[in-house]
Amino acid sequence: MIAFALRRAIQAIGVMLAVGVIAFSMFRFAGDPVSQIVSIDTPAAERAQVRKSLGLDDPILVQFGRYFANAAQFKFGVSYQFRQPVSSLLEERMPATLELATCATIFALIFGILMGVYSALRRDSVLAKLFQAISLIGISLPTFLIGILLIYLFAVILGWLPSYGRGDVVRIGWWTTGLLTASGLKALIMPAITLGLFQMTLIMRLVRAEMLEVLRTDYIRFARARGLTTRAIHFGHALKNTLVPVITVAGLQFGSVIAFAIITETVFQWPGMGLLFVQAIQNVDIPIMAAYLLVVSMIFVTINLVVDILYTVVDPRLRSTISRAS
Amino acid sequence: MTEPVLSVQNLRVEFATRRGVLRAIDDISFDIAEGEVLGVVGESGAGKSVTGNAVIGLIDPPGRIAGGEILLAGRRIDNLPAEEMRRIRGKRIGMIFQDPLTSLNPLYKIGEQIVETIRTHSSLSESAARKRAIELLTEVGIPAPEKRIDSYPHEFSGGMRQRVVIALAICADPELIIADEPTTALDVSVQAQIISLIRRLGRDHGTAVMLVTHDMGVIAETCDRVAVMYSGRIAEIGPVQDVIRNPLHPYAKGLMGAIPTLAIEADRLVQIPGSMPRLSAIPPGCAFNPRCASAFDRCRVERPEPIVCGEQRVACHLYDGDSAAKDHAA
Repeated sequence: MIAFALRRAIQAIGVMLAVGVIAFSMFRFAGDPVSQIVSIDTPAAERAQVRKSLGLDDPILVQFGRYFANAAQFKFGVSYQFRQPVSSLLEERMPATLELATCATIFALIFGILMGVYSALRRDSVLAKLFQAISLIGISLPTFLIGILLIYLFAVILGWLPSYGRGDVVRIGWWTTGLLTASGLKALIMPAITLGLFQMTLIMRLVRAEMLEVLRTDYIRFARARGLTTRAIHFGHALKNTLVPVITVAGLQFGSVIAFAIITETVFQWPGMGLLFVQAIQNVDIPIMAAYLLVVSMIFVTINLVVDILYTVVDPRLRSTISRAS
Repeated sequence: MTEPVLSVQNLRVEFATRRGVLRAIDDISFDIAEGEVLGVVGESGAGKSVTGNAVIGLIDPPGRIAGGEILLAGRRIDNLPAEEMRRIRGKRIGMIFQDPLTSLNPLYKIGEQIVETIRTHSSLSESAARKRAIELLTEVGIPAPEKRIDSYPHEFSGGMRQRVVIALAICADPELIIADEPTTALDVSVQAQIISLIRRLGRDHGTAVMLVTHDMGVIAETCDRVAVMYSGRIAEIGPVQDVIRNPLHPYAKGLMGAIPTLAIEADRLVQIPGSMPRLSAIPPGCAFNPRCASAFDRCRVERPEPIVCGEQRVACHLYDGDSAAKDHAA
């Protein structure tokens, strides 16, 4: 088990190294960063001076080694546009994104599982068919359109919810949270739903399909033959077996929730990493783009690792296969 | 004579499909007494498993019990509300399925599954139920049950898993056990152990057993009586020795003739020509008539009703009213 976790961790480091190469190569191939920093009429001597101060005249391998060593300590250099360390910019923006992504995922999980279980158990009910219709909308409508429609309805017409921003935030250490203020919570509702809707429909469809599959298995028949209550069969036996694949998908989807947050954050002007990234693209602010790439892939890799380990906790069969293999 | 544990009378089970109603079980009747083992044989699709499922109330839509009665210890159970029927399942009727590899929930320890079943049907505490679970595992022959109770199903072999399934089926000390092909998925060497286990449990607890199988060897070894099913009907039912030594129904004769034995050297096994009709295409008259060598005109128009011949009961026109016909056929 520990050997398995360790092996997975080593693989994760390999992936991060590869991403590091890509992130670093952005600096070389997205144009000359010096010309982004200085103005058009800066003399050549001054340009060379800037180039030297940023270490851009060193050999490539040295630059990469320096970049990766710094990145491993969360030092991503200085933003071209803000003239601030990228890490402090990310640190400032990360809580907003993580809070949004977490709330969206929780929303997606709770409603996805509830709706999925319901539509599997009451397959022919009107509500189950309505859920199916909603899930079709959720899966086919693009995120930005849902966001704009929500803004139009709840912010413009009804005026119940704010159309942009994060509301008032409370600072706890370096973390800022909008969960403790009324305006923060109100501001969170629409972005979280927008971001989580696709995942919710995905989870709902997955849970429904898996649950129907599980309900047909022999052990469910046997559980019925043993006279267990319907409740115990559905929620004790069937649901637990249903959740095994759901964990994987939900876990992996958390990564894409963070990645997709770019669009939602742009629509709602949510002050998170995604918005920072979009601004960085507009200004060719490569240190931020590279850092964002690294951070997001690190989150992805970490989630993968956690999901793999979580999987073995839920499914005893995997536990013994893994211990036999190692 | 005391009341039979299970009495099935004129049972009919139908499946509503897009192409019309299929009658999977057509008017069958049989009894099982206390401590008795009734074997149910027949080809796949003859209605053996459907009969078992009907008794325990697990016919899923679009199937339904369309007629007849099922009585457990004299009380009708086929028309009970779902919740009352659930209380009977597992408590008064235990069921063993064909494939022990898939009968157990892979995510729960076997102890958890046994304790859950015990506690569903009794008011035992968690620890008392666990003690009882260990006793049950000992009874079905699981070595080191105190340790094995905390194992997951995948940590057992097929035979051991079937023992766990049996422990689960008997954990509330039921009056009736329905074993639906309990040995089909197992190795031959393990089959005998499981069969003798089922027989021993039936004897020790006075449990009635309905043993569904297509293995005549298992029937001969285990059962007191046997019912031969064909196309949803009972072709012949009677004491196992009579039916095996002196089968009356042409189908039962064919079935007995198809058992390979080492004692008699035969170049070829006797086969019954053709195959069982599909439920949607059961011929008029006797369902077996197209394959029957002794069929005559009446067989093609009139459905034979069960006729009592000594200890046996046979649904065949050859034996109608006229005992000479029986001698003639034998």
